[in-house]
Amino acid sequence: MIFKNKTLRKVVLASSVMATSVLSGMSAHADESPIKIGVMLPYSGVYAGLGEAATNGLKQALKEKGNTIAGRPVEFIISDTEAKPARAPELTSAMTDKDDADFIIGPVHSGVAMGMIKSVRNKDSIMIIPNAGANAATGAFCQPNVFRTSFSSWQTAYPMGNQAIEMGYKKVVTLSWNYGFGKESLAAFSESFEAAGGEVVKEIFVPFPKTEFQSYLTEIASIKPDAVFVFFAGGGSVKFVKDYDAMGLKSKIPLIGSGFLTEGTIEAQGEAADGLFTTLHYADTLDNPKNKAFRAEYLSLYNKPADLYAVQGYDAGQLIIQAVEATKGNTADKKALIKAMEGIEIDSPRGSFHFSKAHNPIQNIYLRKVENGENVVVKTAAANLNDPARGCRL
Amino acid sequence: MEMSLFLVQLLNGIQYGLLLFLVASGLTLVFGVMGILNLAHGSMYMIGAYLVYYFAAMTDSFWLAVVIACSIAMVIGVIIERFLIVHLYKRDHLDQVLLTVGLIFIFNAAQSFIWGNDPLGVDVPELLSSSIQITDIVEYPVYRLFLSVLCVGIAIGMYYVINNTKLGMMIRAGESNREMVENLGVNIGTLFTVVFAVGVTLSALAGIVSAPVVSLVPGMGERVLISCFVVVVIGGMGSIKGAFVAALLVGIVDTFASVLLPGMSSMTIYLLMALILIFKPQGLFKS
Repeated sequence: MIFKNKTLRKVVLASSVMATSVLSGMSAHADESPIKIGVMLPYSGVYAGLGEAATNGLKQALKEKGNTIAGRPVEFIISDTEAKPARAPELTSAMTDKDDADFIIGPVHSGVAMGMIKSVRNKDSIMIIPNAGANAATGAFCQPNVFRTSFSSWQTAYPMGNQAIEMGYKKVVTLSWNYGFGKESLAAFSESFEAAGGEVVKEIFVPFPKTEFQSYLTEIASIKPDAVFVFFAGGGSVKFVKDYDAMGLKSKIPLIGSGFLTEGTIEAQGEAADGLFTTLHYADTLDNPKNKAFRAEYLSLYNKPADLYAVQGYDAGQLIIQAVEATKGNTADKKALIKAMEGIEIDSPRGSFHFSKAHNPIQNIYLRKVENGENVVVKTAAANLNDPARGCRL
Repeated sequence: MEMSLFLVQLLNGIQYGLLLFLVASGLTLVFGVMGILNLAHGSMYMIGAYLVYYFAAMTDSFWLAVVIACSIAMVIGVIIERFLIVHLYKRDHLDQVLLTVGLIFIFNAAQSFIWGNDPLGVDVPELLSSSIQITDIVEYPVYRLFLSVLCVGIAIGMYYVINNTKLGMMIRAGESNREMVENLGVNIGTLFTVVFAVGVTLSALAGIVSAPVVSLVPGMGERVLISCFVVVVIGGMGSIKGAFVAALLVGIVDTFASVLLPGMSSMTIYLLMALILIFKPQGLFKS
């Protein structure tokens, strides 16, 4: 707003001062003002399904508490990021400055995460990332007011290196799309695989988002490695796994990967996915009471099965609940709130976890095998795995 | 590179190129005859793939689903031409772009609304689901070979129709001088409807037969559209023969580049396009 008339400007200023003092007066007495939760997730575009699942999970957690924490109601401010990094700073600033959000949940996409992290720097809002796995979010760009309830790319791929050695593979070809998540996953796999004595004979990066894989598969066949480690997610996973099988490679050169290879894609992959080993911090079939209860409730609320993204959103909700309860409803003192969050143990459907110094979950990573169209947990590949948080000074 | 693997890569390239031709042929046909730049061409590819997914699940028969999906695509083509495109023949390309970009948004929203945003897959039909052993390790999926044969068949069919039938004669005439054809008493309206419907059906057919070897995701149409334009521009806007040669060229170059020049494979086909346009600004075969 631009006010050309000086008198008008004064009136507006005066009334906003009054409004502010009335508001602060209210919160000082009976703290029944709403806790503002900004939600910045994609509701359109390729990641819309993930944004919806995370939102469902978040709302489920708060619903369990009757949408009130420590006597204060919860208010959601929803905004569609469209998974477009360019829009992130503007949308985030609106949340922090205009809406005065206490918490901001988001995003799904790592590029958006980087934009958001820059914009919440030195602001009062606390950002909770329910998916985006870029290592830097809790590494080089870590912030006191940024937490993550999902994973770092490193965590989901690093344990597979040791598993590959245990399975007897010595020479491996790695392959992924040439983008951040893929590159970080391949690097983490190679880090543990080569430290344990394995050799990555070739690293292949496919231009994103190309899905014509025939030439790469032919090249893999010519190299004849012991196994192939890949990172793909979504549509790329479906296509790669089907092509790998159709070229007759699956029975000759085992395919292993980060868990996103078979997450939300198995139905489309069909039999081609049978027998694949992957590592991830969750599996739908994880056998613990919390997971069963969570999944049953999710199904009854939303009429579809919960997935990984729903779990991560749900845990973001649990984190808010426990933190605000710990401060007895006080969200004004952000330092105290952050301190409370740092000490919280989350009873997650994935198994309980707490936060590292860099605010990333210290969590179990499971080895999973696809059997009859499900990711079945074989064992814990790495217990309480802590991301190295390279470059973080928290 | 071993000889056998070289041949497999060549096969990969030809097979990819033939599929590109199937999509691009419709685009170039519509542009050549009608002068219409249909940016929603890729959307029809996507709609074809989703329709075959839907009807294959409903009827339990891939082949029946192909027939139904093709028929629906043709009807969509007729509707778009009769009710929307028909108003644009006298206007410039920018208006056509506005309309067809609008159609992209509509088709994408419809896809998201009807089928959701999760990746979907279509099973390869039972009859063609086996693989042929071609080297000690590599098997080649029969379905992919079938696709190549189908594309060659369609290319030959198009060649025959265009060169040996009355319809083909009108198409050729339309390509070279539209006003003259109209003045000679050809019912240009009907011709345009037929050509447009055939054009979008070819695109949908490409999506339909590719469905078992791709994954169905939102935005798949736009990705195809870009490769498609590269093919049409290299081949010469409006030339079917050009599209055929260019599609094979793009398919083979892209396949070998991804193995031999991994660092720059994403730009090789654009470099190829730039290079060809330097020497042949109108494309290889300007009609």
